[in-house]
Amino acid sequence: MPEFSESLLAAWYLLTDANARLIDVVLLSLRVSLTAAMIACLIGMPIGALLAVGRFPGRRALIVLFNGLMGLPPVVVGLLVYLLLSRAGPLGSFGLLFSPAAMVIAQAVLVTPIVAALTRQTIADSWLEFREQLRSLGASRTRAAATLLWDGRFSLSTAALAGFGRAIAEVGAVMIVGGNIDGVTRVMTTTIALETSKGDLPLALGLGLILITVVLAVNAAAYLLRQWAERRWG
Amino acid sequence: MSVPTKIPAAAATAWLHLEQLGLQAGSTCIIDAATLTLAAQRTVVLGPNGAGKSSLLRLIHGLLRPTGGQLIWPQQLTQAMVFQRPVMLRTTALENVIYGLRLQGHNAPECRQRAAAALDKVGLSAIAQRPARLLSGGEQQRVALARAWAREPALLILDEPTASLDPASAREVERIITEIANAGTRLLMTTHNLGQARRIAEEIVFIDHGRIVEQSAADLFFTLPQSNAAQCFLKEETP
Repeated sequence: MPEFSESLLAAWYLLTDANARLIDVVLLSLRVSLTAAMIACLIGMPIGALLAVGRFPGRRALIVLFNGLMGLPPVVVGLLVYLLLSRAGPLGSFGLLFSPAAMVIAQAVLVTPIVAALTRQTIADSWLEFREQLRSLGASRTRAAATLLWDGRFSLSTAALAGFGRAIAEVGAVMIVGGNIDGVTRVMTTTIALETSKGDLPLALGLGLILITVVLAVNAAAYLLRQWAERRWG
Repeated sequence: MSVPTKIPAAAATAWLHLEQLGLQAGSTCIIDAATLTLAAQRTVVLGPNGAGKSSLLRLIHGLLRPTGGQLIWPQQLTQAMVFQRPVMLRTTALENVIYGLRLQGHNAPECRQRAAAALDKVGLSAIAQRPARLLSGGEQQRVALARAWAREPALLILDEPTASLDPASAREVERIITEIANAGTRLLMTTHNLGQARRIAEEIVFIDHGRIVEQSAADLFFTLPQSNAAQCFLKEETP
């Protein structure tokens, strides 16, 4: 496969060259997906903890719902957010469509159920261990949820990571609400899709390599953090 | 202290009445219509495995809701419970004790001061800043005792507090329990260690198959158990 190795070589030159256009795309990707993942954690983690610890009508249905929403198709989320943000939509007056903010919103919507469902699983496990002790100490369920979120802060990095990984890797949602506008809303995945269809394989491949590297690096960092935490706190 | 003369002494000092207290899980009867008056300062619940000792303690502590009968508290008693396996949060030993106090609503400086004092009483001042989960089982149980003691409960409930400890740690934990009782806290505990029951108990409640079989003064129970079940139990458990 001469084409593949040529593309790879060209991709390598692009990367080592520190091509300004490329760097912008990478930075925008990171900015959008990190922000979206952070918002998803702020919303999804308390929801997950309350689903694990709480006792209220509809809890089971919500658990099933969030588990199901983990598999939301990005294009559908993109479409829904598009409808919300478009001129005629209920949030149209903010003029957010085709901006990085719209991309953040779409990815946050996509990722929140993932973070919530994974958090619920983690917290449900530690609730088994802590339940009697916390109730004995007089902790309300809300308080218990907060305590377990804090206690599980290191293992919850997995949930945060899964959210970030999903956000940075998806194309459908950002493509629809961002519009893939060069220099404004063009991120790694949309560039890869576009450049591949245009036939510019080196750029697509270079971005692909960066994308994989970013995901691996973030995973490695989270792994090391958990290892450290385990040794430090048990 | 003035005690109204008409009331019998036992009733005057009773701190808990159980009336036909029952706990049913599906078709299994875990506690069967337990009627009992607790008045002693140190009560030890004995009985074979699966007799319902832990469930009885959990009913009294409020962790389980009875499916029948009722608990009557002549006066409100603040309670704390120590479990067989201590459960520690991923923070320092000191912060674990502070957490228990914070839930009682004390302000931060008071929590810190009382927690430090409690850890000192269980002999763990030196390791107050160590991560609680990395301590030995015996040390974790002492942190759990400090966490309970710091809350100054009127009643301390202990479920097999030394069952998963080595002999040296068990002795130390027993010493602390005795000290807590000497400081005026009522004890209600279960144990598998008959020597420990003998050393600690004023009164023994013996249960078997979810029924209260016998309630008697500790020295009487160990020398002259009244029921057949208790006689068998003592014969089997005594080495």
